[in-house]
Amino acid sequence: MPYRFLEKVATADVAFEAWGSTIEEMFVEAAEATLNVMVADLSAISRREKITLVLENDSIEMLLFDFLGELVYLKDAQRLLLLVENISVKKDVGGYELAVTLAGEKINPKRHPLNVDVKGVTLHLFEVAKTASGWQATVVLDI
Amino acid sequence: MTLPKELTRISATTWELPVSYKKGMLVPARIIASEKLINAMEQTVFDQAANVACLPGITGYSYCMPDGHWGYGFPIGGVAAMDPENGVISPGGIGFDINCGMRLVLTNLTEQEIRPHLHQLVNRLFARIPTGVGCHGAYKIKESEFGMIAEQGSRWCRKAGYASSEDLELTEEGGCFQGADIDKVSHKAIERGIHQLGTLGSGNHYCEIQVARPENIMDEKIARSFGLSIPNQVVIMFHCGSRGFGHQIATDFLQRFLKAMGPKYGLAVYDRELACAPFRSTEGQDYYAAMKCAVNMAFANRQLILHRIREVFSETFHRDPFDLGMRMLYDVAHNTAKLERHRVAGTTRELLVHRKGATRSLGPGSPELPDCYRLTGQPVIIGGSMETGSYLLAGMPGSEATFATTAHGSGRTMSRHQAKKLFRGDKLQKELEQRGIYIMTDSLGGLAEEAGAAYKDIDEVAAVTEQAGLSRRVVKLTPIGNIKG
Repeated sequence: MPYRFLEKVATADVAFEAWGSTIEEMFVEAAEATLNVMVADLSAISRREKITLVLENDSIEMLLFDFLGELVYLKDAQRLLLLVENISVKKDVGGYELAVTLAGEKINPKRHPLNVDVKGVTLHLFEVAKTASGWQATVVLDI
Repeated sequence: MTLPKELTRISATTWELPVSYKKGMLVPARIIASEKLINAMEQTVFDQAANVACLPGITGYSYCMPDGHWGYGFPIGGVAAMDPENGVISPGGIGFDINCGMRLVLTNLTEQEIRPHLHQLVNRLFARIPTGVGCHGAYKIKESEFGMIAEQGSRWCRKAGYASSEDLELTEEGGCFQGADIDKVSHKAIERGIHQLGTLGSGNHYCEIQVARPENIMDEKIARSFGLSIPNQVVIMFHCGSRGFGHQIATDFLQRFLKAMGPKYGLAVYDRELACAPFRSTEGQDYYAAMKCAVNMAFANRQLILHRIREVFSETFHRDPFDLGMRMLYDVAHNTAKLERHRVAGTTRELLVHRKGATRSLGPGSPELPDCYRLTGQPVIIGGSMETGSYLLAGMPGSEATFATTAHGSGRTMSRHQAKKLFRGDKLQKELEQRGIYIMTDSLGGLAEEAGAAYKDIDEVAAVTEQAGLSRRVVKLTPIGNIKG
């Protein structure tokens, strides 16, 4: 299982761990976990609209924070539920650069089994770590 | 659970952690709770209340209310009053959902009169007040108008014909925190908020039709002064805030404060969610002006929802809302920071009071209160779960000890996932209907997460606030209809 929700970390909210053998895989899983809080069945999201994003940050941790925040922003501003289509994370002198193509569609309560809204990504226990088998992130979402 | 060994009981309802509990504490932390509630609190609450006690400028005590549970940076239920001249402002002391709050509206209808129309009313409320994931589109607002809403709050609603002058008088701060500046808000925040006016949101946000049953009236005199004078009178209570707008402002400034606090101001905190800046700094003042925009947007949001509620009742009963007695009882904010005057060690001082998941609770005689509540104290609305009911209370003089603050809700005791494992939304919906509570939601999963058993005992929370002299119980309100996100 590439992500799992944590039971006892966030009583009023939702916490998860996401893993990947590469940074990119971990980002994809963290995005899916975030969407899965709002939509019970991610296969119900049709990948009909595409959005490309480039984000930069000094640390890989804050790059993930910005990326998940962007998904929450696009959900509110454009009502889009988005999953990752293509992703690359590069390290350069200034820090890390994320280039990602997202695909999805506007929220449709008739077709999307909706759960609870994610209002924000928090820095509470927020962590990105390199493990023996790849990368792991711990995230708490505000509900 | 084992309580920290340093915790001492000061009185029946006050527990104290001394400054020796944690390095850097400038004042002791005080938790208002009964023995039952303190024993149920997570260890994190004590740590977080102690972390808050380390923030520069904190005055008196770092408080946590009886419904306290862990939060981001501050505990939920956290109260901290900062010296504005040498203290800090911290978005973590206000919360992400800035001015999440409660509004209570009266009617002159009785439960008996409303029962035959209950399904129709709830269905219409559900159709007219968008709820749930990404809900939007209740009102079409231009960007220039949105700026005015953020700066003027309920005053904009009055000019636009969505509010009466009385509605404004019966809202904390008249429905507008002065000094809001939209230029301090990111475009991203505006894009998130502009479609969300008049929407309820998700999670623990709801709009509920409730009844004040005679057996649940605890202070008849104050109940009458508050406008509750008919047996089984129907009221409407709702809970929501500044939606994505406030969240984006909190997120934007959390990051800006994290970058500035160490290098520029030499500030260090135990938890990144406690990021702060001197109140009198550029960052501090920018956040304060942006936060006020979210406060005002939330007041306007609740006012626009009230407008829809009045329309729905009016259409259903073919009577004017004012003929139906649909007067506002009060609107209180939960997540704010505000400059207020309080007495500390015999002197009245201006303090920046952070309240996070805590309600202002002015006692009788407070000059800030509207005339109609000058003798009773401020109405305090404590929302419970959709099963167990909610409380209307009145501010007491003793609240001056906690910078005029009391509890805000019942507080969760069970995680969302745990609740979803234990309860099924569809089953819960049916069971509640059998018990006379009709619920509409577009998320049965979300409904299961809000089951009554996932929350603390609200009766205990309300009783403790009274015992502690913060707020007097006036009536317990019983839900009969509810819409949830």
